[in-house]
Amino acid sequence: MKTFMLALFMMCATSLYSVEGLKVGDNAIDFTLKNIDGSMVSLSDYAKDNGVVVIFTCNHCPFSIAYEDRIINLHNAFASKGYPVLAINPNDPVSVPEDSFEKMIERSKEKNFPFNYVIDETQSIAKQYGATRTPHVFLLKKQSNNAFTVAYIGAIDDNHSDVASVKQTYLSNAIDALIAQKSPAPESTKAIGCSIKWKK
Amino acid sequence: MNRIFTLLLGIFAYCSAHAQVEVVSLAKLEAVLSSSTDTVHVINFWATWCKPCIEELPYFEEAHSFYASSNVRILLVSLDMSSELERTLLPFIKKKKLQSEIVLLNEPDPNAWIDKIEPSWTGSLPATIIFNGTSKKRLFFERQITKEELFSTIQQMKE
Repeated sequence: MKTFMLALFMMCATSLYSVEGLKVGDNAIDFTLKNIDGSMVSLSDYAKDNGVVVIFTCNHCPFSIAYEDRIINLHNAFASKGYPVLAINPNDPVSVPEDSFEKMIERSKEKNFPFNYVIDETQSIAKQYGATRTPHVFLLKKQSNNAFTVAYIGAIDDNHSDVASVKQTYLSNAIDALIAQKSPAPESTKAIGCSIKWKK
Repeated sequence: MNRIFTLLLGIFAYCSAHAQVEVVSLAKLEAVLSSSTDTVHVINFWATWCKPCIEELPYFEEAHSFYASSNVRILLVSLDMSSELERTLLPFIKKKKLQSEIVLLNEPDPNAWIDKIEPSWTGSLPATIIFNGTSKKRLFFERQITKEELFSTIQQMKE
């Protein structure tokens, strides 16, 4: 019994301390998640690209909504340069029904998303990456061995509420840096966003 | 006469609605955060669109009335867009009859100010800082707080 309790305690302790997440320079963890078209999408599917713009986002969050058009524009501007957007919805649809898989399909049709929009049903990818809010960007860069590493983490730009007032386009600057074979600077930024709705 | 009365009433309503929420810059918050008085400050970052924030608002309201006569200051910092002040925030405060002190933080580029408020904050809402100006004891929660946590932390900071 004691051993069992100890084991249980260790399990809880590990799960508490394993939420650190990825840092710039870390290898990006591969995953296979269900896309809005019903297909399964993995990082390894992007082997012919130079990188992937992974964005944890969702349907309901006003910040995510404020950035939808900008995310579409980023994909349209950079997919042909080898940096497509891959949007991941990590939210628990039980706590936010608007973020269900069906609603993701609806939203992507309404907005004509040109990128893959997948669901992280177990929330394990968001946890392993260390995503805490929506939108939360992890820009990945392909290495010579075809593995992806994290090149930039953070915000899309410095003004969610007013596109016209944006002064720092952090994400597109970071992608431009990668295209120019440079390291993004800053390599990480912070932004206000909706907390990811974890399963209870 | 009636018209003047209506006008006055209108001005009064306008002013009193405005008196509820001050639009502040980072400097104002930094002044609160660097306060050295023997007061327990509870600073909660929230927004009207944030569901978990709205769920925990009643705890802050309870703490506000429970500690009304002691050195405890509850400050609710709304991160709603400043353009939503009239349309969303003020009607929300009125509807919920919120009594705590509320300000709206109007600062662009969160990347430039989040670390100045709390370096460990990744930027998700809700987030709450509880600190004592004299003892410098300070706790930060980047998640929903429970009522028990809120009250026990305030109590702990008072001692």
